[in-house]
Amino acid sequence: MKKIDPDKVNVILATDCGSTTTKAILIQKVDGAYRQTHRGEAPSTVEEPFADVTIGVQNSVTEVQELADWRLLDDDGRIIQPATETEGCDLYISTSSAGGGLQMMVAGVIAEMTAASAKRAALGAGAIVMDVIASNDKRRPHEQIQRIRELRPDMILISGGTDGGDTKHVVAIAELIAPAKPQPRFGGAYRMPVIYAGNHDAAPTIENAFDESVDLSIVANLRPVLERENLNPARDAIHDVFLEHVMAHAPGYNRLMEWTDAPIMPTPGAVGNILQTIAEDQGIHAVGVDIGGATTDVFSVFDGTFNRTVSANLGMSYSISNVCAEATLPNILRWVHFDMDERELRNRVKNKMIRPTTIPQSREALIFEQAVAREALRLAYQQHKEFATTLKGVQQQRSVGDTFSQETGGQTIVNNMKLNLLVASGGVLSHAPRMNQTAMLLIDAFQPEGFTTLAKDSIFMMPHLGVTAQVHPKAAMEVFDRDCLIYLGTCVAAKGHGKEGKPCFSYRIEGDTLNESGEIMYGEIKLLPLGLGETAMVTVEPTKMYDMGAGLGKRVKREVKGGTVGLVLDGRGRELRLPEDRATCQRTIKRWIEALDLYPETGSAGA
Amino acid sequence: MGQAYTPGLKVTNRVTHRCRRILPIKGEVLAKVGDQVEAEQVVARTFMPGDIEPLNLSNLLSMPPGDIIECMLKKEGDRIELDEPLAQTKGIFGLFKNTYKSKYAGVIETISGVTGQVIIRGEPIPVEVKAYLQGTVIEVVPDEGVVIEADVTFVQGIFGIGGETHGTIKMAAVSHEQELTADMITADMKGCIVVGGGRVWHEAITKAINVGAAAVVAGGIDDQDLKEILGYDLGVAITGTEKIGLTIVITEGFGDIAMAERSFNLLRHRQGDFAAVNGATQIRAGVMRPEIVIPLSEEEKAHEAESEHYSGLLEIGRPVRIIRDPYFGLIGEVAALPHEPTPLDSGSKARVLEVKLKSGESVVIPRANVEMIEA
Repeated sequence: MKKIDPDKVNVILATDCGSTTTKAILIQKVDGAYRQTHRGEAPSTVEEPFADVTIGVQNSVTEVQELADWRLLDDDGRIIQPATETEGCDLYISTSSAGGGLQMMVAGVIAEMTAASAKRAALGAGAIVMDVIASNDKRRPHEQIQRIRELRPDMILISGGTDGGDTKHVVAIAELIAPAKPQPRFGGAYRMPVIYAGNHDAAPTIENAFDESVDLSIVANLRPVLERENLNPARDAIHDVFLEHVMAHAPGYNRLMEWTDAPIMPTPGAVGNILQTIAEDQGIHAVGVDIGGATTDVFSVFDGTFNRTVSANLGMSYSISNVCAEATLPNILRWVHFDMDERELRNRVKNKMIRPTTIPQSREALIFEQAVAREALRLAYQQHKEFATTLKGVQQQRSVGDTFSQETGGQTIVNNMKLNLLVASGGVLSHAPRMNQTAMLLIDAFQPEGFTTLAKDSIFMMPHLGVTAQVHPKAAMEVFDRDCLIYLGTCVAAKGHGKEGKPCFSYRIEGDTLNESGEIMYGEIKLLPLGLGETAMVTVEPTKMYDMGAGLGKRVKREVKGGTVGLVLDGRGRELRLPEDRATCQRTIKRWIEALDLYPETGSAGA
Repeated sequence: MGQAYTPGLKVTNRVTHRCRRILPIKGEVLAKVGDQVEAEQVVARTFMPGDIEPLNLSNLLSMPPGDIIECMLKKEGDRIELDEPLAQTKGIFGLFKNTYKSKYAGVIETISGVTGQVIIRGEPIPVEVKAYLQGTVIEVVPDEGVVIEADVTFVQGIFGIGGETHGTIKMAAVSHEQELTADMITADMKGCIVVGGGRVWHEAITKAINVGAAAVVAGGIDDQDLKEILGYDLGVAITGTEKIGLTIVITEGFGDIAMAERSFNLLRHRQGDFAAVNGATQIRAGVMRPEIVIPLSEEEKAHEAESEHYSGLLEIGRPVRIIRDPYFGLIGEVAALPHEPTPLDSGSKARVLEVKLKSGESVVIPRANVEMIEA
């Protein structure tokens, strides 16, 4: 990595090469502070007929230079460095998820322990985990071998055993993988990279188990003792292998790697990086979500512990049919306040799956699509909560008693009452016609409790900032604060249940622009105006059935942030319960839609 | 941004089509450049390493893993037959020896003194690649396969089920709108590519399987019918490996939808000709659509003119199909292309176009929701 003097950096260019689009942003120092000033995008060119990622990069950068009126590419199409008074940039960095991102297979001895730790390391590094092989995964050895042979991963991560402990089981796992000879995705002369991060005593035997058809690297054990994870060496090794092997085989990446001033990161790894940096810097608990066409990524940082999950088949276009299959149509339709023909809907969903680029034209189609999104997000968050448990926490010190409790399954560390910041990104959330819809999708799907600030990533800038944070944290933080997030407002919600129409909590709001007090009934949701940049002091006093952060019936006073949506007072209870009777449910949903003014009549083009 | 549309599917009466037929791992190529190959002809073959069977002899013989090597009657690389003794314990004073007879035949790949595990690799698995396309070999990829070229009539579908097959084109429907029902499937359709018009019904597919048809091609299918045929709800559109008894190609989409007239007429024109069909669909990066490929005879090559190909630009007068509700499946002509983004009923703003439908009605549609079709 090039040595960089942070003080001399005035212009930063960052690109994110996705499967379909390459996005470029320009960060410039304006009045002494770093600001994101321009952005451009162009179709990605990883696949035929171009088969060279740098063409898409150049096209997106060309758009930026035209918009910014600042020359960034020289006559040979190379990025001009360093910046002068009139042209060029001081730092060029990039992330990539093109070609399906980084796909890994992981293995460990015990599914809930070392194999889960290995999965966490792989996910945290930005990979898609294709399968987890473990001694106790209930498959017989020949079934495991068959599975390994079917997969075509980019690399394999093996863990197992604590340092100084028994070597037999982890060697047995390696002995299954070695003869199975998994075929890499890139085929031909590519040597399958295998990272071993298990019991160090077993390393020499592991080395003997594999022949020259694999490229074995041995790193520190990711679970050196049962009570502690040490994921960073494995994550670093994954990033190295990603660059040396996977990226090197992707068309044009060798050239791109020469251009960048820092290693290219997998896009989700970069998003995790920035969220972690922000949570640490501000001392908050945060959740981020990125819902795409095929997958949904959820990132969380609670008490400094970072977790990431990828729900591989929960998405809004390629995977929309799978969302309907997993969530079931009745669960989706409970968010829709009018009758719809189920048979027609099923066909519509399949038609969206086979023609994924279409957009909802009618109000009715939008409401249905957002109902699907609620369920996709709900399922993805549920999977995240099940995965992010105390047992697998990074650097967690436990007592002997805690060690024993590992075998019975741990508690999730995701705590909606502690959650301070919920960040949304991905088409259906960031391109919703009204920001109120984005806010309501987040509230319905994630069901935050107590006081939670809601925001969206304005132009999906988090990957760029994640990689920037590695080389210039100050610039990344400043841009994140000022330009990356668009604050939607704050949700104040009570946990618990009571009787419909009975008092849930009383509130008093004191601020420059908003001064109000009143009472929220159970089942009610209310939106109050509190604009961008505005704050207010909110005091809530729940009735004895409800908790808003300080315990049942205890008063809470907090400062809240306004935003493009405002302040949402939510007395609908947690977990959210929707009436089972279809007609009652429709009436309830209609009331909530009206309270947040989600779908006003427009009378525009289309049906 | 004249290209802000979904490019339509390829439907052409004559095109020079190439297909790569490559082995999954290196092997032997059986054809050479210039060879005329038939669809069923094997053009490349290889052997995959056989399946492996792990045996934990330490457990099976109740002894420490470290002692296994001494007990082995075979060494690494040796061949072992079914029921042949593989290992024997030392016993007590040479008595009470315990022998393990192999349950698998193959070659001993590894013997581990750490885990006590022995791995036996079974017989190599032959892998063959057939030509699929009847045509001429124009390139040999050494040790991997061939590229075959032929002049063909080519019809791409939107979605399919099942893999490669071939047969004679047989029209079951008389018009592009006629639904394909069970009574239209007859015994003489055995081995044929059966072409319907509009929606194909579940019962029709079941009957086609029963009479031994190779494939069914139709305009639409109902999601519920597909679910019943497959036995599960399809989550993502990655298909091709289903084994339901035939291959299905849907040309337009889900629901009651007629086949595009042009596709239907092309297939009708080719009735009785031999065709290769592949239902494999993959709608992700590197999109793959199902196809019907009908090689032309020498005589046809002389007569058939190549289709007119459009530049791919959306322009006034260009025929388009609407691919999203509320006008899903309707066909019309581009009547106007307003430049500025227009508010939709959903509340979003998007680039739109005005389409004059066949009925004479004009509708405004987001550009993302139309695909271009050939007249």
